[in-house]
Amino acid sequence: MANEITAEEINKHDATLLKDIDDALANCMKCGNCQAGCPIYRETRKEFSVARGKISLMQAILSGKLEITKEFDSMMAQCLTCKTCAANCPCGVKADELILRGRHATIKARGLNPIKKTVFSLLSNRPLFNTVLRMGGMFGWLTFKDIPDKNAVLSRLPMPGMDPNRATAPLAATPLRSEFPPVIKVDNPKHKVAFFTGCTINFMYTDMGKAVIDVLTENGNEVILPGAQHCCGTPVHVSGAFELANEMAKHNIEVFERFECDYIVGACGSCVEALKDYPKWLADEPDWAARAQAIADKVREISQFLVETGYKTDNLGAINKTVTMHDPCHMVRGIHVTEQPREILKSIPGINFVEMKEHDRCCGSGGSFSLAHYELSRQINDRKCENIKATNADYVCASCPSCRMHITDGIVQNKMPQVVYHPIQLLAESYKLGKQK
Amino acid sequence: MEKDQLIAEMKKIVGEENVLHSKEALYSYSYDATPGHVYMPDVVVSPGNVQEVSAILKFANEHKIPVYPRGSGTNLSAGTAPLKGGIVLLMLRFNKILDLDLENLIAEVEVGVVVQDINDYVAPHGLIYPPDPGTVKTASLGGTINENSGGLRGLKYGITKNYVQGLEVVLANGDIIHTGGKNVKDVSGYDMTKLFTGSEGTLGVVTKAYLKLVPKPEAQASMIAVFNTLEDAGNAVSDIIAAKIIPATMEILDNASIRTVEDFMHVGLPTDAAAILLLEVDGHPVIVADEKEKVLEVLKKNNAAEVTLAKSPEHKEQLWTARRMALPCLAKLRPTTFVEDATVPRSKLTQFLRIVTKAAKDYNVTIGTFGHAGDGNMHPTIVCDLRDEEEMERVHKAMDDIFRGAVELGGTLSGEHGIGLGKLPWMELQHGKEGMNAMKAIKRALDPNLILNPGKLIGEC
Repeated sequence: MANEITAEEINKHDATLLKDIDDALANCMKCGNCQAGCPIYRETRKEFSVARGKISLMQAILSGKLEITKEFDSMMAQCLTCKTCAANCPCGVKADELILRGRHATIKARGLNPIKKTVFSLLSNRPLFNTVLRMGGMFGWLTFKDIPDKNAVLSRLPMPGMDPNRATAPLAATPLRSEFPPVIKVDNPKHKVAFFTGCTINFMYTDMGKAVIDVLTENGNEVILPGAQHCCGTPVHVSGAFELANEMAKHNIEVFERFECDYIVGACGSCVEALKDYPKWLADEPDWAARAQAIADKVREISQFLVETGYKTDNLGAINKTVTMHDPCHMVRGIHVTEQPREILKSIPGINFVEMKEHDRCCGSGGSFSLAHYELSRQINDRKCENIKATNADYVCASCPSCRMHITDGIVQNKMPQVVYHPIQLLAESYKLGKQK
Repeated sequence: MEKDQLIAEMKKIVGEENVLHSKEALYSYSYDATPGHVYMPDVVVSPGNVQEVSAILKFANEHKIPVYPRGSGTNLSAGTAPLKGGIVLLMLRFNKILDLDLENLIAEVEVGVVVQDINDYVAPHGLIYPPDPGTVKTASLGGTINENSGGLRGLKYGITKNYVQGLEVVLANGDIIHTGGKNVKDVSGYDMTKLFTGSEGTLGVVTKAYLKLVPKPEAQASMIAVFNTLEDAGNAVSDIIAAKIIPATMEILDNASIRTVEDFMHVGLPTDAAAILLLEVDGHPVIVADEKEKVLEVLKKNNAAEVTLAKSPEHKEQLWTARRMALPCLAKLRPTTFVEDATVPRSKLTQFLRIVTKAAKDYNVTIGTFGHAGDGNMHPTIVCDLRDEEEMERVHKAMDDIFRGAVELGGTLSGEHGIGLGKLPWMELQHGKEGMNAMKAIKRALDPNLILNPGKLIGEC
């Protein structure tokens, strides 16, 4: 069987593949304004790196001028899903979503690429996924070398698909959800809050997860940790494997429906955005979309939750540090939460908050993008590090574990002194210090 | 010449990593920001220095292969569309600001630098590079030199040609020449700098420029005025100039633009107003205060229904939403957007706006007009759907009326976007046969094999 299917054949086989976004693509007036913000274009300055180029390529597929090829696939892959193009498009074109449709079309035409296929099949099998990552954590010291004071590790052995010099997050010896009971009770709970941990916080940055639990209980909330919760599906969804991502969404909806809770809280911008977007993902299945909406209505990012429901500020201990903040893409352009983490940081006594230049510019991580395009994602990250350096901050805060990992790597590579935390970790620390007084 | 051989030759000159030739990559350089012009090149080459540009042109000239210099590809005249196939010469590796000479107020800049980056670079020294086209954050310097771009500050500060004082240019035969330089006064020989500025890549490939910088104005005063008739707005524009005030900016929005912006933005614009003027005077604080009063007086005399002064920079931004959002909002109406830039003498502004309104009505097309009232440079913006052939026919008829109307009023086809391919059909109307012949003679003298951006600006030659 031929690997490549022509545009004609695609349209014959699946008339809806790109056809239904014909109008959405046509709305791009090709002004090129997206060049100004695109972090990838800024490094490569190649037309196919930027939204206008990708939209044009999709139009060429639609009109039969081009076929879906490996090259098309690799061009569609050059996107961090940082949404900067969409946020600044004068015509209101949601290029980020259209690019995902391009990736989806590639999968339909050519199938998933083999590496992703392996990773995704692991992801789709939750028990196996959990076991593999758990084992990885238990034997982590064998394969990884700790970098002191950074909560980061370097690989001792060559790892498939990973740059040997890359600093990454340690796999936790015990995942977060295994460290705690399914329900963490408090006296006279203000709210019942289910915690959607996400994979990175569960398996790697358990310190972030513990801080979330500490802060929630400190403020009188009962915390529910559904053990069967799974990956939010973002990595799969942004690869264009919509069908698989939707299955993961449905699993999570079923899991969270089982618990009576007032809120569902997450500490990762991308996970929270996914949970809020489930109704959109499942729009073709009205029953599921309705169930997804009921879940989505309860979803809050942790800082959003705290500012909305109130949090204690009378028992905070001082953290005498200079702190700057990076706005993760899916926080600022996905769920539009930028003020709340700042409000929390500024409420902590002793913190000298300094904004960095271009604080809302992508750090270059883009989830699995940084695995496939490490060098490019490092270049983008070096700009972020320069901006961090200029603030002379002690700590960098980012409400996203992927950003934390990638910025930490940048800081290690650039031999800088900063440490990266989730804002909520500083609040948890401040509560702790308050008690020591 | 065989395509494979061409690709191999290009790789020899610039190295493998700077040559693109996959079908997908070629398609990515088949268009620019102008609707309806898609042509496949044979190869995309990114030279890294002037010697490589020279070698490429020498080779292309010998083998009569078309070459299209390209920066960001954001122009609105199909100026970078590779009409006849051949080599797209991507100049973005020329990305350095080489020198800032504070004694002569000259910046030496390579053509791949984005215009906004020049401004960001000189701003800490209290200087500005005034040309500010709408694409200031994306356009490359080379693109703005080749198109001789203008912008909002054109009335007082002039356009690109007023700030380009010297160039490094590679000719079609590969010769590298230097024109002008750091001298404020320079009458030695033909003014080659001005010849290449605005030549749309048809006479040579610009690689570097000496740019004149000016001190940043110390103070500004901005205001917005609402008019119930076009005549009043037009008279206000003429009277302000007659009062010997040259505002940095004097922008106009017509009723169609006002209504479109209000529909999308809900910022409380007067949807029954015939026109809105946005004005800014700048300079020494004392002079600014004085000019502001005079402008207010003129506006009142010309029956401005409402005048609002900006109280702060934030307030100014708010007032200018209407102007800033005019194009985006119009563009949102329909898939395809033609932003034209026909220009008339300031005194003919009202007449010209009437011609545009009539064309929109006669051919049942949607046109919103905004633009630089102070210099008569209007942007009749036609929104349509390129996929609808019948509609496109009407659009072209409307364009024909607009361009003919502009030329009849003593105006010009293009104030700042260039001719390229889009306005080619009307060139003879404005310049006459003799004028076209003179331009073609220049083209043939500098590019006898017609390899540089062939078919543009003067058409077939």
